[in-house]
Amino acid sequence: MVDIRDDLKLIAEMVEPNSRVLDVGCGDGALLDYLSHAKNVDGRGIELSMDGVRQCVAHGLSVIQGDAETDLKDYPAGAFDYVILGQTLQAMRQPRDVLQMMCRIGRRAIVSVPNFGYWRVRLQLMLTGRMPVTEKLGYQWWETPNIHFCTLRDFVVLTEEMGITIEQTRIIDRAGRVTSHAHSGLANLLGEQGVFLLRGNGG
Amino acid sequence: MSAPPTAQQPSLVTPTVADSPEMPGKRVRLAVDRPMRLDSGVEIGGFQIAYQTYGTLNADKSNAILICHALTGDHFVVEKHPVTGKPGWWEMLVGPGKPVDTDRYFVICSNVLGGCLGSTGPKDIDPATGQPYGLSFPVVTIGDMVRAQKLLVEHLGIEKLFCVVGGSMGGMQVLQWAVAYPESVFAAVPIATAARHSAQNIAFHEVGRQAIMADPNWRGGNYLLEGTKPEAGLAVARMAAHITYLSETALHRKFGRNLQDRKAITYGFDADFQVESYLRYQGAAFVERFDANSYLYITRAMDYFDLAADAGGTLANAFRPGGKTTPVRFCLASFSSDWLFPTSESRAIVHALNAVAANVSFVEIETDKGHDAFLLDEPEFHQVIHGFLEGCAEHRGLSARRRAR
Repeated sequence: MVDIRDDLKLIAEMVEPNSRVLDVGCGDGALLDYLSHAKNVDGRGIELSMDGVRQCVAHGLSVIQGDAETDLKDYPAGAFDYVILGQTLQAMRQPRDVLQMMCRIGRRAIVSVPNFGYWRVRLQLMLTGRMPVTEKLGYQWWETPNIHFCTLRDFVVLTEEMGITIEQTRIIDRAGRVTSHAHSGLANLLGEQGVFLLRGNGG
Repeated sequence: MSAPPTAQQPSLVTPTVADSPEMPGKRVRLAVDRPMRLDSGVEIGGFQIAYQTYGTLNADKSNAILICHALTGDHFVVEKHPVTGKPGWWEMLVGPGKPVDTDRYFVICSNVLGGCLGSTGPKDIDPATGQPYGLSFPVVTIGDMVRAQKLLVEHLGIEKLFCVVGGSMGGMQVLQWAVAYPESVFAAVPIATAARHSAQNIAFHEVGRQAIMADPNWRGGNYLLEGTKPEAGLAVARMAAHITYLSETALHRKFGRNLQDRKAITYGFDADFQVESYLRYQGAAFVERFDANSYLYITRAMDYFDLAADAGGTLANAFRPGGKTTPVRFCLASFSSDWLFPTSESRAIVHALNAVAANVSFVEIETDKGHDAFLLDEPEFHQVIHGFLEGCAEHRGLSARRRAR
């Protein structure tokens, strides 16, 4: 079986076999490929980069070139069992709207977000007085596509405001180990990223 | 027609002018017992469809791919053209080991109804009058072409096509197949096409048609009877259309302002520039192989194409047969420099398919070759088609890549 990113593995664990999945920002299709073979899902993808789309389609995956922020609105409500967004919420112009649309077109949404409240990030900012650059977030401030960073607490607060239920939580550390199954102040400090299974208020 | 009709085929339509005895390929008479009703309401029976097949149909008849040709294409997909002597028009994509692998799939392509390379069209003899149809041939639509193809596919004993593939007007037919016969198509690949012909494209077609009709040799469409040929008009139509198949960049790269066999401009109206010479050549070559009235009819069919209009004005409804999401798996491809069928047209189809949560892939290929890119060497495009067909073959349960040798 193909090896996939730690957060993608956790996402895959949240997906029921034989379900319908839309992977938003599916990149080279690693997760979709994994899900269709390991869980027999009916998988679709949206990807912004043409290179990614070509790789996906050339591997037999159903992927369209498109922009989540403009193209998600076309899908009917409840079209998928899961709508997945892996580490791209922070790159959206309107992350809140994207989250809303995901919860509309999917019975569940699965989101993984990098944690800007991670202790190494906090420490870098505090000690150097400069924007943190970490192993997983290796961009300088002027080149980063990540325009809407949040901490895990920020994310949880937003879901509460939007009336979205968090059904499952996985907080993972730098080595990809799950350090917590619930959000807390400590998790917000020790977790490098969080993976959340969400249900919208309509679902 | 030289090839003797097979036993069950009554000769409702008699031999035609340009059906030279040497014309290779298969033919069949369709709708013999029950005439086919055209979109115009006219009924047409016992018409002939010329077609070619490549590869072998498997035992459960599940590996058939129908290729739909474009406006001036024909059914000689991967073999020397009987009139021009040039290689088949889609040898880049189709053949042994190619993305549409004839070692693996059974490939069918037919000349469209209304065409002039063996299928019944305006140059054929009207059995009612004993004279060429000319403009008395009924106007056909993309829907009618596909209806005729469906009869052909049934004639070949195939219930469900594995895939329908085509570019430009061929792509319109692919869409029409998926909408009209969703249960008879497993996968559909509409390339560089649109769900309706745009005003600009209708305008270009009208220029071409007016060029033909302005040629005194056209004789109101009766040129076959009167022994003339509207070559000048048809050539101009082709020249105008040919420009739309290329991009500005491609034209510039190919010709720039280079002069044709001369060192200086001549202060006259000879073909000073290479691009003029090229277009004149394209026009002259075209009249050798194409019938002027057929050009009128086929361009008209494209103009009339509008899938959304047929579905009550909403394109998505076309992909929701009986209120359910279409079962057809789609792969659309467009080309970045194609201004005749720009990416926005493909994207509109993708949006409609998303609206019914259909299974769709869509790729825009980066190229400066314009609309014609779908016929040319575009490795990324070919990878996409290959990958899509591989994925579909897996879902369709078609066996591995090649038969053991």
